[in-house]
Amino acid sequence: MQQHLKIEKDDEAADVRDYLALQEQKTLLRFLTCGSVDDGKSTLIGRLLYDTRLIFEDQLSALERDSRRHGTTGDDIDFALLVDGLEAEREQGITIDVAYRFFATPKRKFVVADTPGHEQYTRNMATGASTADAAVVLVDARQGVLRQTRRHTIIVSLLGIRHVVLAVNKIDLVEFDRATFERIAAEYRAFAEGLGFRTIMPIPLSARYGDNVTQPSERMDWYEGPALLGYLESLPLDDEAKERPFRFPIQYVNRPDLDFRGFAGTVASGSVSRGDPVVIAKSGKASRVSRIVAYGGDLERATEGQAVTLLLEDDIEASRGNMLVAPDARPQVADQFTADIVWFDEHALLPGRSYLLRTETDQANATVTELKYRIEINSLAHEAAKSLEMNEVGVCNLSLQAPIAFDAFAENRATGSFVLIDRRTNATVGAGMILHGLRRAENIHWQALDVDRAARAALKLQRPAVLWFTGLSGSGKSTIANLLEKKLHAAGRHTYILDGDNVRHGLNRDLGFTEEDRVENIRRVAEVARLMADAGLIVLVSFISPFRAERQMARELMKEGEFVEIFVDTPFEECARRDPKGLYKRALGGEIKNFTGVDSPYEAPEGAEIHLRTEGRAPEEMVEAVEEWLSGHGLDDGR
Amino acid sequence: MPQNLARRVPLTHLDRLEAESIHIFREVAANFSRPVMLYSIGKDSSVLLHLAMKAFYPAKPPFPLLHVDTTWKFREMIAFRDRIAEEFGLNLIVHVNEEGVRDRVNPFDHGSNFHTYVMKTVALRQALDKYRFDAAFGGARRDEEKSRAKERIFSFRNAAHAWDPKNQRPEMWRIYNTRISAGESIRVFPLSNWTELDIWQYVLREDIPIVPLYFAKRRPVVERDGMLIMVDDDRMKLRDGEKVEERMVRFRTLGCYPLTGAIESDADSLEAIVGEMLTARTSERQGRLIDKDESGSMEKKKREGYF
Repeated sequence: MQQHLKIEKDDEAADVRDYLALQEQKTLLRFLTCGSVDDGKSTLIGRLLYDTRLIFEDQLSALERDSRRHGTTGDDIDFALLVDGLEAEREQGITIDVAYRFFATPKRKFVVADTPGHEQYTRNMATGASTADAAVVLVDARQGVLRQTRRHTIIVSLLGIRHVVLAVNKIDLVEFDRATFERIAAEYRAFAEGLGFRTIMPIPLSARYGDNVTQPSERMDWYEGPALLGYLESLPLDDEAKERPFRFPIQYVNRPDLDFRGFAGTVASGSVSRGDPVVIAKSGKASRVSRIVAYGGDLERATEGQAVTLLLEDDIEASRGNMLVAPDARPQVADQFTADIVWFDEHALLPGRSYLLRTETDQANATVTELKYRIEINSLAHEAAKSLEMNEVGVCNLSLQAPIAFDAFAENRATGSFVLIDRRTNATVGAGMILHGLRRAENIHWQALDVDRAARAALKLQRPAVLWFTGLSGSGKSTIANLLEKKLHAAGRHTYILDGDNVRHGLNRDLGFTEEDRVENIRRVAEVARLMADAGLIVLVSFISPFRAERQMARELMKEGEFVEIFVDTPFEECARRDPKGLYKRALGGEIKNFTGVDSPYEAPEGAEIHLRTEGRAPEEMVEAVEEWLSGHGLDDGR
Repeated sequence: MPQNLARRVPLTHLDRLEAESIHIFREVAANFSRPVMLYSIGKDSSVLLHLAMKAFYPAKPPFPLLHVDTTWKFREMIAFRDRIAEEFGLNLIVHVNEEGVRDRVNPFDHGSNFHTYVMKTVALRQALDKYRFDAAFGGARRDEEKSRAKERIFSFRNAAHAWDPKNQRPEMWRIYNTRISAGESIRVFPLSNWTELDIWQYVLREDIPIVPLYFAKRRPVVERDGMLIMVDDDRMKLRDGEKVEERMVRFRTLGCYPLTGAIESDADSLEAIVGEMLTARTSERQGRLIDKDESGSMEKKKREGYF
């Protein structure tokens, strides 16, 4: 008896091992469902999970309970409730964020990202699309191709997805009408034709009733194509087909002791074997791979997708953000490039504003130097634009403070992508796909000059500085700066005042007062201040400069310790009362638009070096406070 | 000597999941100054720890392990925890909410909800504040539960440790936004894309040690509220009509013993567990009392700072 049981168990164990071995052979397809609101994305995924028997009994009973409470399908099971996992989603009957679900058939494993259709959640749709191999774009057969269908199709294309299924859903609601299906399919093809897809497969289906989802429908004998699931099972995976050049972004330098210095990372493309020559992308220094370290024993070779630790024969410098690459096929290294951008944030992308750019392992301060055009969603036309609003897509030139190593996104999704981060809120505000490096970055090198900033400053017997006065209009910036300059001048210092109003008469007379123009206004002034400091001057900048991001950008242009932010803090009511130029009266009367403090925001400094509270105090007192700070920080001495 | 020659090409599904998780571990080590790994002793934690060991080999993981002990865990879990920490030579921090202990908070008198809130959610927040951790690894998987299916791999928490599910950061490709301000933190889930089957398959392939409670054995249990609760110590008082029986049982998930239902099973090997799982008709979390207390309860707990 015991013996018998033992044999049975051994058989079972062998069966399980066979089964698992088969599981390991299966390929994995990651896809997303997208399209407009109410086209049935969540319902389709619920149906796929249900029909592939991936719903457990306890989940099914919870589903039946939820369907009665929140469902939109009468007495039937509302499959959307299986995926809409957030309370707010179930209550509102919409999808807010992307949900990842897992299922498998005997042929393949699937990860599906169910993404939201509402325009305001486009960033979550893009999140789901960024890791997908294929897209199922749903349309409601009664509605056809909508604006949001087009937007999602464009984003899917930009993010490098090459296979699209057009699921014409709710076909039951148009009596399984062939002409309707064909009209929608033709319209979609006409739109998507130029977007670089390798395959576009229209399938008529009903997610709610399961027609053409996992089984071919018997109610559409005119349709001879495959059901959705069968099609997804057979879709070719073309990612690893061609051998690409070796790319290894360094993620982490592993240094447990002085004898071991390993570069840890994930192979982004290609492969590397022990003994292979490699080059450090940014420095061009060459070496060879001496070991490929992995837990459990060294490897002879590492290929795309593997996370390993590489050791080099030579002790050469490289750190996170750099890349080990094939010597005969190197990536570009540049500080300027052109890229597609998808914008996520409610604050628009503004040329001139500084963002933090982040690639898989590298980061640098970045400025959009030129917004070349915005893509109009319906017509795909290129439109001139001054800013990129939330959910818009455009092509930009970017300039970085330091060069990065990259490939074109079309060549390599891992080394050609980046995100932009707002430096103040730390929000991820945009995603970028690099098109190409800019020639001018390679050809314009810094000219090394013999007379340097130290020499120029030494001749003037002073330390250069940029004293940046910020505050509301009428707060007293210019008055204080003017008094201070007089005293510095009398003490033999070489100074210059850059005043907001004066500069707008000359250098910046082409600029207005929109947010974009204010950003550009500050950028130019910061650059001029930098040149003057470089020339050895003490520069007093008196500008409202309402946005933190621009003041931060100015700060980073200067040498460490050279930028002194002075917050001239006068309450709005007081400024409006003083109103030295009569501007507040006109702004409050609606005559002047975009007036700081009235209908345009002022972001007060958080870490200003000097904070001057002016109310009830004379300008002379303020000047003394600044002088005191300067002498306390060694900025008043004769060197 | 080089080993593992041919097995690696092309990468299998498990190889890819492993690489993704290792990548995530290294991203945290490179970007945060005070990371910690939440160690809950279950099979997912075992896999998580195994992956952490791989990610930094030959170095040890550059962060401590944190176990939030509710004082109601199975005794076998605690023994296993201490053995593993010692064997791997890891820095293990055990945190208990002493106020909860003083107030004698327990699952029998206060209900699963309150007990979990005080001894787990609050305790976790205490520990994170005490040690000022800026990133915390957890073993949650997206296939476990509906609100987890929605969560990012790098999941932002405000200074009050709260999750805002309606305002998550976009997470593009493998580029993770690790930027935070003072007091804020990130919860990191390296196992996000693993399924329960993947976990078991990996435990089997890599021969990863797990708590013996996962394997069927005769254990003393009582039937309560439709679940089989193991009598792990004498703090469990029997209600009228309840009697302790020896039954052949095992656990699909591990937590506080009074809140974790056993299943009747004779699966005493990994293969048998996988075999049983493949024919199971209920989901893994079904044995957990805490998920069912209120509808949407996992999301609510996560917003409060639970893992």
